[in-house]
Amino acid sequence: MQIPDRLFYTKEHEWVRLEKDVATIGITDYAQGSLGDITFVDVPKAGASAKQFKPLAAIESVKAASDIYAPVSGEIIKANSELTAHPELINSSPYDKGWIAVIRPLDVSEKKNLMNPADYTKYVEGLSK
Amino acid sequence: MKTTPLLEEHKKLNARLAPFGGWLMPIQYSGIIEEHRWTRSSCGLFDICHMGEFIIEADLAESNLNQLFTFDISSMRPGTCRYGFTLNEAAGIVDDLVVYRIKNNKWMVVVNASTTDNDEVHFKKYLSGKVDLKNVSSGLGKLDLQGPKSADALRKITGAKLERLEYYTFDYFDVLGENIIISRTGYTGELGYELYMPDKKIVQLWQALLSDALVKPVGLGARDTLRLEMGYSLYGQDITGDITPLEAGLDKFVDLKKEFVGKDALLLQKKNGLKKHPVFFIAGSRRSPRHNYRIVVNGNDIGVVTSGSFSPSLEVGIGMGYASQPLAVGERIALEEGNVSIPAVVTRKPFYKNGTARGLKHANT
Repeated sequence: MQIPDRLFYTKEHEWVRLEKDVATIGITDYAQGSLGDITFVDVPKAGASAKQFKPLAAIESVKAASDIYAPVSGEIIKANSELTAHPELINSSPYDKGWIAVIRPLDVSEKKNLMNPADYTKYVEGLSK
Repeated sequence: MKTTPLLEEHKKLNARLAPFGGWLMPIQYSGIIEEHRWTRSSCGLFDICHMGEFIIEADLAESNLNQLFTFDISSMRPGTCRYGFTLNEAAGIVDDLVVYRIKNNKWMVVVNASTTDNDEVHFKKYLSGKVDLKNVSSGLGKLDLQGPKSADALRKITGAKLERLEYYTFDYFDVLGENIIISRTGYTGELGYELYMPDKKIVQLWQALLSDALVKPVGLGARDTLRLEMGYSLYGQDITGDITPLEAGLDKFVDLKKEFVGKDALLLQKKNGLKKHPVFFIAGSRRSPRHNYRIVVNGNDIGVVTSGSFSPSLEVGIGMGYASQPLAVGERIALEEGNVSIPAVVTRKPFYKNGTARGLKHANT
């Protein structure tokens, strides 16, 4: 299972790449593996606002529908429209082609509510016990 | 939690295991969509050892065995199978099942896993006369081999005699030193077979079938999407003890010319009119309706979804449920839960129309 360095993670298995003024988000390798074949993503609209740990988008696998939660608060700048026709990109490339949205963060201090790669690794290991 | 003799094989294949009706079963191996498509195009192998089997020996003239079923078992030729129901006195479906007539006075009844024990109680409650019923579920394993290439794969093990098996018939075959029942039946809509092998040889049979490059293991996840694309009901979800075969639109498996437990209630329901009507629908996008979503017409709740999923063949959401009024094919509905509203159109089953169950040359079951 991949858990890239330099990303931050949530307990709901979202990742966020924090750059200068933007945060790119998606779901982790662990999340896509647990969901199985992803069949639908309701990508958020540009201009909408995201609130940390509140539902941001809906995602469906063959078996179930679930929510994706925003790792940080802010304004959605753009979303990955490729996912409408090819939701399976999240399975094949969760950290790259399967990105979900880019957010302009409101509050950099929210970072303290996220896990670093080492903590997320431990967290995931704890779940599979 | 009960396990099948194939648990270690599933682990070796990195299956994702999950509880299903009290059994720890493989949900998927490589992925539901891939397994689904492999079954539609080649051949999938399913561990169905959890299902229940009864062997019944009875004299039909001197017992009431025939009254346990909504269909006439006295007119079945030995070597044939028939699908139908056993009902409670209110005509609710106690189980859906397949009856195999082995000899004039001998039958095998194949039932759902989670209902096996309850079925035994139900059968014993109503049976009287010259009849002997044995629950042979523990000790008898079952593998389903399903897909347009299933005959090609199975023939290598059974020999050419397999070609004579017609849809919904069975015969005995010598396989791995055992004389076993193989029927041309299944739950996928494809050409396929169900193999009844004693537990002690199940692993060997599983490995022998999987050694063929045409065959891949398929879990219960794809079994569910395959059956839903055909519009087949799943017991405990689409049909239950609170639903009658008439409400489920499954009249063709009920023979009202014969006597059976629940018939009086069914006749009364027929006379008074049905309050539930089955509905099949295709969503307008990949977003899929799910179990318990509401069926909405012109803003009014008129029913509930019992099964819904993404269809790997059609690449849109599909589902079935019940409505309080009959809906016409082509009618526009919505399937809703919370702030989700999925537009859909009422259709006919099967959703998938190229199934090969009745033969490779007459796809369209």
